[in-house]
Parts: sequence; structure tokens; C-alpha cells
Amino acid sequence: MILDTPAARRALLERSHTVAVVGASNNPLRPSYTVFSYLRTQHRFEIAAINPTIHDIDGVPAYPSLTAYAQAHGAPDIVDVFRKPSEVVPLVQEAIAVGAKAIWFQYGVINEEAIALADKAGLGVVVDRCMKVESARFNGGLSMNGLNSGIITSRRNETHA
Amino acid sequence: MQDRSFGFATRAIHAGTPPDPTTGSRTMPIYQTAAYVFGTTEQAAELFQLRSYGHIYSRISNPTVAAFEERMASLEGGLGAIAFSSGLAAQLCTVLSLAQVGDHIVSSQNIYGGTVTQFTVTLRRMGIETSFAPVYDYTALEAAIRPNTKLLFAETIGNPSGTLADLDALAKLAHKHNIPLVIDNTFASPYLCRPIEHGADLVVHSATKFISGHGTTMGGVMIDAGRFDYGNGKFPLLSEASPGYHNKVFTETFGEYAFLMRARAEVLRDVGAQMSPMDAWILLLGLETLPLRMEAHVHNAKAIAAYLHSRPEVEWVRPPEMGSIFTFGIRGGRDAGRRFIDSLELWSHLANVGDAKSLVIHPASTTHSQLNDDEMRKAGVAPEAVRLSVGLEDVADLTWDLGNALEASQRGVLAESAR
Repeated sequence: MILDTPAARRALLERSHTVAVVGASNNPLRPSYTVFSYLRTQHRFEIAAINPTIHDIDGVPAYPSLTAYAQAHGAPDIVDVFRKPSEVVPLVQEAIAVGAKAIWFQYGVINEEAIALADKAGLGVVVDRCMKVESARFNGGLSMNGLNSGIITSRRNETHA
Repeated sequence: MQDRSFGFATRAIHAGTPPDPTTGSRTMPIYQTAAYVFGTTEQAAELFQLRSYGHIYSRISNPTVAAFEERMASLEGGLGAIAFSSGLAAQLCTVLSLAQVGDHIVSSQNIYGGTVTQFTVTLRRMGIETSFAPVYDYTALEAAIRPNTKLLFAETIGNPSGTLADLDALAKLAHKHNIPLVIDNTFASPYLCRPIEHGADLVVHSATKFISGHGTTMGGVMIDAGRFDYGNGKFPLLSEASPGYHNKVFTETFGEYAFLMRARAEVLRDVGAQMSPMDAWILLLGLETLPLRMEAHVHNAKAIAAYLHSRPEVEWVRPPEMGSIFTFGIRGGRDAGRRFIDSLELWSHLANVGDAKSLVIHPASTTHSQLNDDEMRKAGVAPEAVRLSVGLEDVADLTWDLGNALEASQRGVLAESAR
């Protein structure tokens, strides 16, 4: 299912607990590091890096593949993808094989074949969105910076995703 | 949470201000604090490295100010906004976010005199040159664009001439040369015009005017559409390693948020022209009635323009094509203009616009007095022009006062001609 509305993305974030960030870097200047670090320090998700070229990110062990991660922790709720669009079809196949519940393609990671494949297999699919930004949209982070969250509500405590 | 595109009036009241999560306060509290306690040293480090969202120090961000910023971003249809201590501060920081010593900007010449001065005096001293051309002369504007030009600037409604900018045409011109279009939308307010919908990349306001609505508060704001590609090679301030921020490359790290993140984290931080929480709160209150006020301002302005048109003492009227600020020329030139203003009872003679109170000024001797004759002509200001900012009083009372003052203005002329 393509999760292309704010409410659908919010529901995904609310029901998810484990996140595997594929392509997370340990270089603090890379966007993937920024997102990984944000999600890790929010203490909202159990987060892991999937990257065969590194040992860990700030002490959090990295796994060489989604399959290796799943053997240790079971299926992740969300697979967050920082990879070239041309390289993500095999990744989707692996995510389906390990039983991941959703796949989140970061900014610019757009591959129609991979999207259709994940959708058909019943995964929740988010495309061309940043998991950090969308988390911050619903937990009040964007609003703290004067960014347009799009949220209009008169209910109390609606800001905790 | 429902998915819904809420209307303008709803957003003018609600955007940026859900109930306060700590107290349940339905009105945005005034967070009158300089600084914010960190949770842990790890959280503090994440904040300072711009990897997490949160408040550090009110020079950089504040919850009440952020609520105002988010509401303005929502009303203008932008990605986000940054509030400043005044409109000129918003404008200066917008330019400083894009240009540095050795750079150049191109501006409409049909703009506020204070902006002309900021560009020609202060920016020039900082090594940033400005070329001016009429807002409707695309050939001249394009000819002024150089390889080191960093932005194109114009006002939606020129102050005080009322000249409208064709925003779509200006956006096309700016984008052809890979530079952003910066629009001052003060006179229109987002209720009458949303420049981002017409291709503008950055919108600035003096919030002192219609956003406040009551002449109470100094403030400025800059809204970013979030769609200009600052990684196009012309903007090293954004696309090269930033020595002010751990050598971060803003365009790489923040994508569409790059401009806003850098403008706040570097420019606002270093310039220190932030808005105060109290002022943000007053401006939030002002915004709640923006749609109602703008409707009434426009209604009254049309009535006043028609009334002036019918008066023999009035040489010409330039009725507002948009908004409620316009000029007219009085018979008898500069002296008659002075007698007219000195004879008014209800209209306030002062240097501001966009108040609930009706305001009047003679630009040649006040707002535009720093300009020489040539600059004044270029800005479209005639020496006999009187600028009105039509308020929300009863039209009959406003015309009563104008009529009396118009009669008084001509007594000198008549006496002279009788002699």
C-alpha cells in the first residue's frame, strides 16, 4: 500500500518499533548519518544500520545485510532506504523475504519497479520522503523551527508520534 | 488525524498553534525565556550539530516565535519561515543568506525608499552592489543581471506608487538566469496575493503592517517556498562546506530545507535580529483577523478612492488595483499638500501603513526624503502625491474629514489667484 497521505505516514510511524536503515553512513556530513542519528537519539525506535562497509555508527552495531539483521532481531517494521534508485529492486526482494512490514524510500530514491514490487507484496510504501522530517512533522520538531507541519488541530497532545 | 486542506481563514487562526502540550493552554503561551535546559549532554550535542529539532537560545528560535513563523509559512504556502525584528531585518538577512562581498543583486526600482537606501548605502558598504530597473521593464531587468547576480527583488505592490509586479513574468526571468525571485508582499498580505503561487522563491514582509493590523508591533518575516535549487553552482554559501557549521554542506544535508536551516543557523544566529516572543504573540493575534480586516480595508479604500475622484481639489487619483494603500495628487502641489495634511482631524499623519486606523503621509517630504529627485521619480513618487492607508473606520467619517481638509488645502491657492 502506497502511504501517500500525512495521516497514513503518521499511522505507520505510530505503529512501528524497529527500523533498519539501509545505507546508513558513519560520516557525520552525510544525510543518512543525520537521519540515523536523529532517529537513534529520539529513543522512539529500535534502530539499526545496514551497511557491509562499516562496523558500527556511534556504537550501534551495523549489519552487512537485511537478512543478517533479521536473523538477529526478526523482521523490521520499517526498512529505511538510502541507496541509488538503480540498486533497490534486490533490496525490496530481500525486505519481502525477511518479512519487513514497510519500506521507506528517502528523498530521490525513486524506482517504479521497486515501488510496485513492494506494494504488490503488501508492504507499506513511502516514496521520496525523509523519515526524519516526517517524524518531526508529527512530533512537533518541524514546528519548533518555524517549518510548515501542515498540522491543524484543537486536540491536546496530538504532537506525539 | 484527518487529511484535509484547510482554508485560509482557518489556517490564519490555527496554523502553528495546536493546544500547548504542557499546559493545555488554548492560546499560544508567551515563552518569555532566553534559553532552554538540555535533556542530556548527548541531546545538547545533537542540537548544536543541527541533527535534532529543539530550542537552544531565543536568538535562534523560540516556541512563540516559531508558532508565528509556522502560521506565516502556512498562509503564504511555503515550506517554512523565519521571523525577524523588522521587515528591513528580514530583507537584509534574506540578501545576506544568498550574497556576500563581490556579489550583485537586481531590484525593481518601484519600491519603498527605505529599501532603496538599505540596498544603495548599507549593502554597498558591505560589498554587495544593486542595479535597479522598472518592475515592468523585463529587458532592462534582464540586461542588469550579471554572472555574480544572486537574486531578483520586487514588491508585489510598489510603495507608494502602487505599481503591480507581474510575478509570473519576474519568476520566469529570474529562473532563466538560475537566481531566486524575492518578493516583498507587505502591501498585499497573503490574503490578497500569495507570491509563491506565482513562482516566487522567497517572500518577505514587514509584519508591522497588515499582519499586525493595529500599528502596535515591529516585525518582519521571510518565507521560503523550498523549491529553488541552491545546489546549481551559483550559491557556494549553501552548497560548499560551511566553516560556521562543522563544514556541513547545507544543500546535501538538508535538501529542500537547506536555505531555511542555514538562514536560521548562520545568518539569524550571527546577525541577531530575532523577533521577541511578546511581539510574535501580538502578531499571531493580528493574523487571526487578517481575512476580515483585508476585506474591510479593500472595501473602504475603493470608497475613498471614488470619493476623491469626485472632488475638484484632487488633480489625480491612482486608485488601488489591489489592497488599500494608494496615492492621489492634490491641486496646488507641495504647499497645498502640506495644508491638507495639517487640516486633517481623524486621519493620522505618520510613517506607517496597514493599521486599523486611517493613515496619511506626504512621501516626498518623509518616507522618500532620503532619495534624490531622480531616485524619487524612478520610484514613481510625484512631489504632490499624498499616500493614504485606508483603515477600518466608517467611510462617512473618513470622507467628512478628507472633504474638510481638501477645502482648507485650496484656500491659499484661491487667495493667491484672487490677488
